[in-house]
Amino acid sequence: MKIETNYPNTWCPGCGNFAILEAMKKAIQETGQEKVVLVADIGCNSKIVDYLNVSSLGSLHGRAIPSASGIKIANPELKVVVFTGDGGSLNEGISHLIHAAKKNTDITVIMHNNRLFALTTGQYTASSPKGFKGKSTPDGSIEEPLNTLELMMAAKASFIGRTYSSKIDYTKKMIIEAINHKGFSFIEVLQPCPSFFNTFQFYNEKVYEADANEKLIKEWNYDEKGRIPLGIFYKEERPTYEDEV
Amino acid sequence: MKKDYSILIGGEAGQGSRKAGLIIAKIFNQMGYNVFIHDDYQSLIKGGHSFSQIRASDEECLTHSKKVDFILALDKKTIEKHKTILNKGGIIISGERPYEIVKELNGNRIMGNIAMIAIFSKHIGIDWKTLSSILKKEISRDIEKNLEIAKKAYNETKELFKIEKIKKKVNPLVTGNEAIALGAIDAGLDIYSAYPMTPATSILHYLAEKRKTITTQAENEIAVINSIIGSAYAGKRSMTGTSGGGFALMTEAISFASIAEIPILVVNSQRAGPASGVPTYSAQGDLLFSLNSGHGDIVRFVASPGDANEAYYLSGTLLNLAWKYQTPAILLADKELSESTYEFYPKKIKKEKELLWDNKGEYERYAQTKNGISPMAYPGKTIVKATSYEHDRKGYTTEDAETIIAMQDKRLRKFKEMEKALDELETVKVYGNKKSKKAVICWGSTKGAVKEASLKLGLKVIQILFLQPFPIKELKKALKGVDKLVSVECNSTGQLSVLLSQNGIKVDKQILKYDARPFNPEDLELKLKKI
Repeated sequence: MKIETNYPNTWCPGCGNFAILEAMKKAIQETGQEKVVLVADIGCNSKIVDYLNVSSLGSLHGRAIPSASGIKIANPELKVVVFTGDGGSLNEGISHLIHAAKKNTDITVIMHNNRLFALTTGQYTASSPKGFKGKSTPDGSIEEPLNTLELMMAAKASFIGRTYSSKIDYTKKMIIEAINHKGFSFIEVLQPCPSFFNTFQFYNEKVYEADANEKLIKEWNYDEKGRIPLGIFYKEERPTYEDEV
Repeated sequence: MKKDYSILIGGEAGQGSRKAGLIIAKIFNQMGYNVFIHDDYQSLIKGGHSFSQIRASDEECLTHSKKVDFILALDKKTIEKHKTILNKGGIIISGERPYEIVKELNGNRIMGNIAMIAIFSKHIGIDWKTLSSILKKEISRDIEKNLEIAKKAYNETKELFKIEKIKKKVNPLVTGNEAIALGAIDAGLDIYSAYPMTPATSILHYLAEKRKTITTQAENEIAVINSIIGSAYAGKRSMTGTSGGGFALMTEAISFASIAEIPILVVNSQRAGPASGVPTYSAQGDLLFSLNSGHGDIVRFVASPGDANEAYYLSGTLLNLAWKYQTPAILLADKELSESTYEFYPKKIKKEKELLWDNKGEYERYAQTKNGISPMAYPGKTIVKATSYEHDRKGYTTEDAETIIAMQDKRLRKFKEMEKALDELETVKVYGNKKSKKAVICWGSTKGAVKEASLKLGLKVIQILFLQPFPIKELKKALKGVDKLVSVECNSTGQLSVLLSQNGIKVDKQILKYDARPFNPEDLELKLKKI
């Protein structure tokens, strides 16, 4: 069964999502197509389900994670992968992200972090840097960004990883490891938005493949300073929500 | 002579008046009486004032009465608050002696309610064997001590009269919420997920305890409804329950379930609103809201039961309908129905199979069909693409004008089928004097009081069970020969009248109540007489 669909791709040229799509295609080809279900949030990231010949449920904005939890509890044999953005999971649906991590729901959440709302043409999210000039903050955002990985650590996610969209093979490997992880896995994919927040150069200069551990989560605080570690910062085996319910 | 007794037992929250009320009801139930319990409690855990009103009758009783024959007062406030509703010749049993007995026998203070039950039982001539066997069944902790206390209280009390036994099958007693849960289970419920909210919470408790379904609690109402949408997409019959505020949070997902054609059952058990309103009291203020819940051009099933048997029937039927038509369905209950206790003797509901894909060719989740219903398949077996976006036949997002029309037309055809489905169902009930030119129309839990009062006055009663799609054909039949129509509702704006007028039916007079308490038949009878 082919992995592509005939659906026309509508992402902007140069969008980081193309690379994530490539990584995901390769990952699914290795994990198997039949038992995977993708759950999409709303946003540019979530269009990915139209481009993959895999079962999918397009949920509401912010609500992909509870929809995914419902699928997993109904049929634990399915491998459930959520595609969401920083807007969907750090703004609209942050409570679901925290609770799914806390419960150790056996799903994988891939959060495309372009650090703004792109599909609504550029407003700040909880991940945007302070001073971010979007259409709703012409003088710059006055809020500090959330350290997403720290949040996931506090919420007891049992798998926490970060990758960069341009690193396709690295991302693919991390996705496979996350899907195979028994429990809640969270991957942040740093992703430039060429139309509204082009961070290619910034990330190209700063990211590095780290020998990651949980202490390294604090190395980068979503600001201009220092280097940005990639890798799997935390991984533990503990009973999943579906095991216990 | 008609046998009809009303007993009020009250006290502070934590004194066990509700449990005592249930035991008293079971005593009458064992004696062959039809029983009903109305529970009144405040939004607090200890203190305050709560009471149960038990009605026992040789005729059907689906409501409490205004006046009572006995007041069993576990505290002084119960007497102060309720003495005005005591019938002439009625009896008040005060809490002093029960608590003395508990003290004398070194019992736990909560056991005062058991001493009270024993005193009351002796007064009305219940034999010790009947009483003790019911106590053994109903008390889970310290049964020996409770029996010792009950025995002493029983032995030292005088028998005032002997209530007659009635020859009738003893039916189980259930609350409206338990009946809702049981109906859904019989229609194949697999998963119940909810966030606690009075007065729907006891569905969650009951199902969690029953262990026949996967029962979960999640972070909020938005989570639970989106979660059951996921579960239903994966092929499992799923349901949630809440009250007005939580239901408001769920409405976006109702729209999602509608466009994605994913079957879900949502119970909205109304409490007095708006907003946080009066959490533990009853109202019927969410009718129009429920009918219009969810944005966009959608139709959902909405039905409202008037007693526990109907709650069972509608809950199971709506779950079956949701799956047959792949659509959201809303069971509109209210506090009075959800938490009152009724006799339970429903017609059994069975799970009806949904339309499944025949495994031929490439699967299209939203295949165009004549009646708008596309066969279902579940992920894991084939590729199933469903979405909250407008989509093409395979489930891919679309913005194409023709496809948008084609898909909406497909759903419109399905909505028509949903209307047709009503022909096979009991959607409107008629009671009382069918020749009466004056008819009283109602929905939901007001049925009990409306039926009782109207029957006494020789009026016709029309109860609407299905509110969307609207059963206009059946209703017109029911309205034949009626020249004066009176609506009775627990809200202040006459929402049923609005719905009726949208359907070309004029209500001549409204009787509305919005003190967050249910109607009682005596007051309602007086009001109806004046019309």
